[in-house]
Amino acid sequence: MSTDTLPAKAAAAPAAASPEARNTLRSKRRRNALRTALFMSPWLIGFGFFFAYPLVSTLYFSFMRYDGLNPPTWRGLENWTYVFSDLPKFWPAMQNTLWLAVVMVTCRVVFGLGVGMLITKIKTGAGIFRTLFYLPYLAPPVAATLAFVFLLNPGTGPVNSFLEAVGIPAPSWFNDADWAKPALTVLAVWGIGDLMVIFMAALLDVPKEQYEAAELDGASPWQRFRYVTLPNISPIVLFAVVTGIIGAMQYYTQPIVASKVASGVMGGSGAPFQPGYPDDSTLTLPQLIYSLGFSQFNYGAACVVALVLFALSMAFTALLMRRRGGLIGSGD
Amino acid sequence: MTTATAPVRTVASPALKQARRKALLHWIAVHALGIAAALFFVLPFVFVLLTSLMSDQQALTRDLTPNSWHWDNYVRVFRTEGFLTWWKNSLLYAGLGTALVVVSSIPVAYALAKFRFRGRQLSLLLVISMMMLPPQVVIIPMYLFWAKQMDLSGTLWPLIIPMAFGDAFAIFLLRQFLLTIPNEYVEAARIDGCGELRTLIRVVLPMAKPGIAAVALFQFFYCWNDYFGPQIYASENAAAWTLSYGLESFKGAHHTDWNLTMAATVLVMAPVILVFFFAQKAFVEGVTLTGVKG
Repeated sequence: MSTDTLPAKAAAAPAAASPEARNTLRSKRRRNALRTALFMSPWLIGFGFFFAYPLVSTLYFSFMRYDGLNPPTWRGLENWTYVFSDLPKFWPAMQNTLWLAVVMVTCRVVFGLGVGMLITKIKTGAGIFRTLFYLPYLAPPVAATLAFVFLLNPGTGPVNSFLEAVGIPAPSWFNDADWAKPALTVLAVWGIGDLMVIFMAALLDVPKEQYEAAELDGASPWQRFRYVTLPNISPIVLFAVVTGIIGAMQYYTQPIVASKVASGVMGGSGAPFQPGYPDDSTLTLPQLIYSLGFSQFNYGAACVVALVLFALSMAFTALLMRRRGGLIGSGD
Repeated sequence: MTTATAPVRTVASPALKQARRKALLHWIAVHALGIAAALFFVLPFVFVLLTSLMSDQQALTRDLTPNSWHWDNYVRVFRTEGFLTWWKNSLLYAGLGTALVVVSSIPVAYALAKFRFRGRQLSLLLVISMMMLPPQVVIIPMYLFWAKQMDLSGTLWPLIIPMAFGDAFAIFLLRQFLLTIPNEYVEAARIDGCGELRTLIRVVLPMAKPGIAAVALFQFFYCWNDYFGPQIYASENAAAWTLSYGLESFKGAHHTDWNLTMAATVLVMAPVILVFFFAQKAFVEGVTLTGVKG
């Protein structure tokens, strides 16, 4: 039942609608439409101005050569062929983005679910544990990244001191092309507080009777997890995976800060900094857009990469909405 | 606790005792695992805090705990050029941004949750698409607009002004929350002759306080943590940097001083953690609402 149908029905009730009644109905409808438009107006303006217009504009610039100084000139597909076949950093950025989408998201979902399950089992001090598990999620990304570059510092970092003390060869983390992405993954797993909360809520919603029935049938803990828990929470797992992938597409702050700090480049504007240190191992698509646009002033090529990123994000968004209509909800 | 020591055979009901022992072992295992996980989540904070209190010389060593506690490191951080300005800018961006987003998103969320109109589902789809859009996709035209047409680069205004036109995530989250408020309240207010705006302000908003609190918190954290926005628009002018953006350059200027850098890191984290402790419930509820309820 929504608010608009009620007065509409009431007005339509006298079936032998007199002209006056029809007129009031019509003016009521018009008033309702105006009211809706009024309530929606902040977003309507916002959508047009901060989404639709810049998106069309990005498409337009992807066919132009433009450096921000000289007027843009039409170049057809030049930027597109440049990005796909002549830009050496494009495919590493693409590969890194996919790596992060697969490995980082898997680790986050597995650990998020694990910690979510653990917290539902903890009986003593559950509130304290929950708060402690949740806090890292709140740490500002720049601060968290700085902290992890310090913690995983090969020279004096506590983690490597510990690893060496117990005789494990310690990697160079953010300074090693093979270990930079795993180091970022550790940082991402540290901040799984959001997933813990949604998994916890989903786990508490699983009907108790199903566990009891499974136990009576002699199901092992693994079987109970596989045949009772997982089917019940699978929509949430899907939600976590897809939103995680969309997050991976936007992954920007942590790798850029880690690269800058680990490579010892001075901060601030005008620093001669190439994102992706070491050896493009942490370069992502958003960083590539930034460096093409704001370091090389090649706005056309930056817009091509932006459209690739847009296509990827929207593909996963569509997947999320198709498989989980519940995200929208009918509202009736 | 006698279960572990008592000889099992002499006890009247061995099955019960065994069950108790199993429960105790389970309790121990779960809590041991919990403590191990807690260490993983908490130790980074502890090391950051400890390092922030070390002397300059000691911060270069492998020591984990400070020999002497240098609380004055925090004073030195505040004395660093720009640090106070960055605080002010962060508060301006986060405070004004939050207020604007909340005020402009509420009517939109209300319309999407409680009005029935043609194009409602489409609007909702577009809100979600906008929510999932990486900000970098549209950054080139947005930058050109704010910098070249509006001449506002080097300021935070290109970040703050758009907040007055609703935020997709805030709209979505609020709408999810408003769906949980029964329509009967809205209808009753209507029948009593209440205008729609008055219904929203007098009837719905008081019930939506937890949802609004969650949205405000998320928005505050988003602005406080934002690095990309200030990097694009404020980077030319150090007087317009925010804490999140300035922190990294702080490390650049003090590249050997891990103690001062960690003290600055603590000062960037602190407000977020403090706000969280005051509004834990609203925040956790908001996270749940985005993921689980629909």
